[in-house]
Amino acid sequence: MSMIRVENVTKRFGPILAVDKVSFQVSRGEVVGFLGPNGAGKSTTMRILAGFFPPTSGRASVGDHDVVSHAHQVKEIVGYFPERVSVYPDLPVHNFLRFVAEAKGVPRSERKRAVGTVTEACGLQEVRTRIIGHLSKGYRQRVGIAQALMHRPQVLILDEPTIGLDPAQVVEIRKLLRTLGSERTVILSTHILSEVSSVCDRVIIINRGRILASESLETLRTQLHRNRQVRVAVTGAHARVPEALNRLPGVVQVRPDQVAHPAGDGSTGWIVEHGGEDVRTEISQAVLDQGCGLLELRSLEPTLEDMYLQLIRQAQEEYQAGHTGRGER
Amino acid sequence: MKFWCVFKKELQVYYGSFIAYALSMAFLVLAGYFFYTDMIFYDLFGDFMDITTSLWFYYFQDLRFFSLLILPLLTMRLFAEEKKLGTIELLWTYPLKDSHLILGKFLASFFVFFLMLAATLLYPLLLSTIHAFAWGPPLSGYCGILLLGASFIACGTFISSLTENQLVSAMSTYAVLVSWWFLTWNEEAVGDELLGISLFDRFEPFAKGVINTKDVFFFVIVTLVFLYLTLRSMESRKWRGTR
Repeated sequence: MSMIRVENVTKRFGPILAVDKVSFQVSRGEVVGFLGPNGAGKSTTMRILAGFFPPTSGRASVGDHDVVSHAHQVKEIVGYFPERVSVYPDLPVHNFLRFVAEAKGVPRSERKRAVGTVTEACGLQEVRTRIIGHLSKGYRQRVGIAQALMHRPQVLILDEPTIGLDPAQVVEIRKLLRTLGSERTVILSTHILSEVSSVCDRVIIINRGRILASESLETLRTQLHRNRQVRVAVTGAHARVPEALNRLPGVVQVRPDQVAHPAGDGSTGWIVEHGGEDVRTEISQAVLDQGCGLLELRSLEPTLEDMYLQLIRQAQEEYQAGHTGRGER
Repeated sequence: MKFWCVFKKELQVYYGSFIAYALSMAFLVLAGYFFYTDMIFYDLFGDFMDITTSLWFYYFQDLRFFSLLILPLLTMRLFAEEKKLGTIELLWTYPLKDSHLILGKFLASFFVFFLMLAATLLYPLLLSTIHAFAWGPPLSGYCGILLLGASFIACGTFISSLTENQLVSAMSTYAVLVSWWFLTWNEEAVGDELLGISLFDRFEPFAKGVINTKDVFFFVIVTLVFLYLTLRSMESRKWRGTR
């Protein structure tokens, strides 16, 4: 069942088209990563879903409530963390959180517990009496996440929750996100691609207001790299190894690995590109048949960085092609 | 009613950031000093004259100026600061109605102003220990100041909702209120219609100890109109193309 439904949503700011006929769905309990360069329309889409402003055209709904006509109901089930970490610098942490609990309609009898729970979940106990303006960026970020979690929202919309944090804090926040993701629907935008692979079930890549891909990580990987790669490193008389590898069924290309060998073990490496089937057994056999020693044999997983850059580059090229095409006419 | 949490939060910001203390201090120093000089004046020249026209009238005319001076500085932050800090994004994504937000903010400013005025009650109280007088006229004056202040605060709230710069917010509020006042500076030059909508002319009867229902309504309506305009200005985010 879809928790978030976006149909043909467009948002214009005067002449600027920020989001261009975007459609996607997110099912209950899913953790979706929003990826894209700056100004791609991520924040705008998230703000529409959080009820901050309505779309220029198209429909969006969260938990079967339309974000325009039933904005109030949407806000009751959505926890939103804005891109600009905005918290009141003059208030102590617990006063701010108490305000949030009340503003989000947590019943009086549960307020104290709700504040206590998020304070603990976000690691804010030590600083609860401190004035927010005096806290470090990491703590302010956590206050921002705490306010989003306050009313135990069914849907969490987090706009770059880990930006500007130190690596240890990033790890902590991700851990928190993973625990949250097990019971909630989460949309998370980020520039950090490893974050997506460690936290999300699915990625939506967006550029220039359009969705380029909306796939599970697995599907995206296979789509982008129909040909898989294996790295082989051997010792001994290897002159005929490439030839032997090339003869194996399914192998498309064998090329020397440019990466230097840090171990300095005198090995020689190749990257073997092959079709979908796993050919590692055949490769090891072929190497041994040549009388060489097999030092390394591993599948190279296409990284998210590769996929992302490839998609963005393709989209950019298409966009430019479209523009010059129109110019000529 | 959710305006209550906004009200409490605003008071915490006002008193937590010392804005309220600084402005109250300035207000009380001015009000105290001018009460003193007005009283000296009454003591020297007003022996046989009516205390209402020779003391209270001047005192409330003075309080009127200080309210004009202080209130735009009190209201300038209401929405401008939220926009600058980005916290408005939180408020607008919380299940809070715009009307509750505006009401909470307006009432918080009004409450700070109310406390300032309440502190000035000390002056007539002290005077009453050495010189008996009727309490009706000064209380009428205080009613008038509260109503006038409510209009100033509502006007400042509206202007604050238009900008994210607090200085622009305060200066524009001064511009509106001072122009409103200067509009009828020369009473001979303007018609009765303009005098009828002049904030300061409407205030004068209160300072003289006269409460007219029409004047009370006037201030209530001015306040409500500005609060309504604030509501409309906030709703403009729904159709305006701003980020």
